[in-house]
Amino acid sequence: MTAISPTASHAAVRDASIAVAEARARARLRRRHALVIGLRLAILVAFLGLWELGADYNIIDPFFFASPSGIWEQIWSWITEGTSQGPLWLQIYVTLEETFLGFAIGALGGIAAGIILGRNRLLADVFSIYIKIANSVPRVVLGSVFIIALGLGMASKVALAVVMVFFVVFANAFQGVREADRAMIANAQILGASPFQITRTVIIPSAMSWILASLHVSFGFALVGAVVGEFLGAKQGMGLLISTAQGAFNANGVFAAMIILAVMALVVEFIITRFENYVVKWRPAPFNEQGT
Amino acid sequence: MQVQTMAAEKLSQAAPPADAAIAIDDVTLRFVTPDGHMMTAIRDFTMTVARGEFACVVGPTGCGKSTTLNLVTGLLRPTTGHVRVMGKPVTDISRDIGFVFQADALFPWRSVIDNVAAGPLYRGIPKAQAYDRARDWIARVGLGRFEKHYPHQLSGGMRKRVALAQTFINQPKILLMDEPFSALDMQTRTAMQDELLGLWSEQKSSVVFVTHDLEEAVALADKVYVLTAGPGTVKSVYRIDLPRPRVMADIRYDPKFVEIAKVIWNDLREEVQLGQSRTLQSGH
Repeated sequence: MTAISPTASHAAVRDASIAVAEARARARLRRRHALVIGLRLAILVAFLGLWELGADYNIIDPFFFASPSGIWEQIWSWITEGTSQGPLWLQIYVTLEETFLGFAIGALGGIAAGIILGRNRLLADVFSIYIKIANSVPRVVLGSVFIIALGLGMASKVALAVVMVFFVVFANAFQGVREADRAMIANAQILGASPFQITRTVIIPSAMSWILASLHVSFGFALVGAVVGEFLGAKQGMGLLISTAQGAFNANGVFAAMIILAVMALVVEFIITRFENYVVKWRPAPFNEQGT
Repeated sequence: MQVQTMAAEKLSQAAPPADAAIAIDDVTLRFVTPDGHMMTAIRDFTMTVARGEFACVVGPTGCGKSTTLNLVTGLLRPTTGHVRVMGKPVTDISRDIGFVFQADALFPWRSVIDNVAAGPLYRGIPKAQAYDRARDWIARVGLGRFEKHYPHQLSGGMRKRVALAQTFINQPKILLMDEPFSALDMQTRTAMQDELLGLWSEQKSSVVFVTHDLEEAVALADKVYVLTAGPGTVKSVYRIDLPRPRVMADIRYDPKFVEIAKVIWNDLREEVQLGQSRTLQSGH
C-alpha cells in the first residue's frame, strides 16, 4: 500500500489567480444588481409613460381610467389644500388608527385562541365546527351589522378589521401549535419543564414563524376591513374619501386614494418584516433573490 | 443458562432485583390505534440495568426498541407488568432521567448556551448558576467557542455534542439514548461514542442505549439485549466482557470484538429477516 499525496504546487500563483477570479465574480454580481434595478425602473417609466400618452391621445379615456398626471395633481391638491372632509393627514391617521386597533386586537385574540385550542384536544374538537362555520361567513357583510350596531364612529371599523384578522391569525397559530415538534416537546418535558413552561418556551416559539407569516397577510385584511367599514358609512377616513370620489365620478380621486393606501400598506409591511427578522433571528438566512 | 464464549456470555432472564437502577418486569404494552384496533408494541418484556451499567438494546426496525425507553421515562404506561426506576415505581417523569433523542431535539431559537442551560432553568435553578454550569458543560464537550451560535450554524456532530451537554448538565442517574448517533457520519459517530463513554465513566450513570447498529452496541455496552421482531420481547441477553476503557476507533479491529459481534449477529439475523419480510408484506 502506498500513500499518494499531491505534489507541491506554486501556492503564490494559485492565490493570485483565486483573487482575480473573486474580483471578477464580485463585479459580475454588482453588474447584475444594477441591471435588475435598471429594468425595474424602466418598466415603471414605460408603464406610466404609456398610460399618460394613452390618456393624452384619448386612447384611454381619462374620465374613467384617470391619468398619472391627474392622479398626481389630485394627491398634490389633497396635500396642499386638504380634502373635502378635512386635511389628508387626518384621513390617513383615522384609517391607520382603525387598522392598527383592529389588527392588534384580532391578532392577539387569534394567537391566544390558537394556542389554547392547539394545546387542548377536546376544546379543539368541540370548537372546530363552529370556527369552520364562522370562517365561511363572508365577513365583509358583517360590516353592515357593525355599522347598525356600533354606529358611524371608529368602533364599527375596528370591529370589522378584527373579524378580518382574527381567523387568519387563529388558523395559523393553531396549525403552528399543532406542528410543534414532538421530540422537542418530549425533550423539554424530560429536561424538567412544566406544561406552562413548555407552552412558553417550546410551543410559542415554534408557532412563531407560522404566526408571523399570517401577520403579513392579515395586516392587509385589517386595512381592507377599515376601508370597507368607512365605505359603508363614516365621517372620516380614506374609505370615505374613495366613496366621495366615486360619487363625484372622480377617477383620479379613487386612484389617488388607492395609491396612498398602497403606500401605507407597504410601509407597514416593511416594519413587520423588520420585526420578523428581529424575532426569528435564529432562523437560517433564506436564499435571497438579489435586489430585494 | 448457556455460555457461548468467554467474552459474550448469554444470560438467562430472572426477575429483576429490587435495587436495580432500571427494572422492567414482565411488561406488555398494548395501545388502541386511531382506527380502533389493538396493537401490541412489546410483550412479556423483562430487563434489568444495574447502577452504573451500560445496556444496549438492538433489534429489527419496528420491534419496540424506543417503546422500552418511553416506559422508563413514564411517557408510556405498561398495560400489564411493572416498571421501577431506582427502586420506585414510575409514576411521572423522574428528575433522575436524561434522554438523548435520535432526531434533533435542540431548540433552534435558542443559542447553544441557552439550550444547555434549559434543564437547570426549567428546574428552577437561579439564572447565574444555571449559566455557569452551562458554560462549564459546553467547555467539556469542546464547544467553548460556539456558546452564542444557533443550532443551524453547527454541524450535525456539534449539535449532538450540545445535546449531550444539555442532557448531562442535569446529572441524570439514568441515561436513555434512542439511536442518538444514527444520523452522523462514521468518523463523527466514532468521536461521539468516545465522548459518551468518557462522560459516562465520570458520571457513573446507568445507560440504556437503543441502536440498530450491532457493532455500536457491542463496542459500547456491558450488556446487549437482542429483541425479536415486533411485537418485541427479549430474545437473548449477552454480557460483553471487553476491557474498559475502550477506544472506539480501535475496538472494531479487536479479534474478541469481531467474535462477539459474529455470535450476536447470528442470533439477530433471523429476527431482522423476519422483520423485513413483514414490513414488505404489510407495506409500511
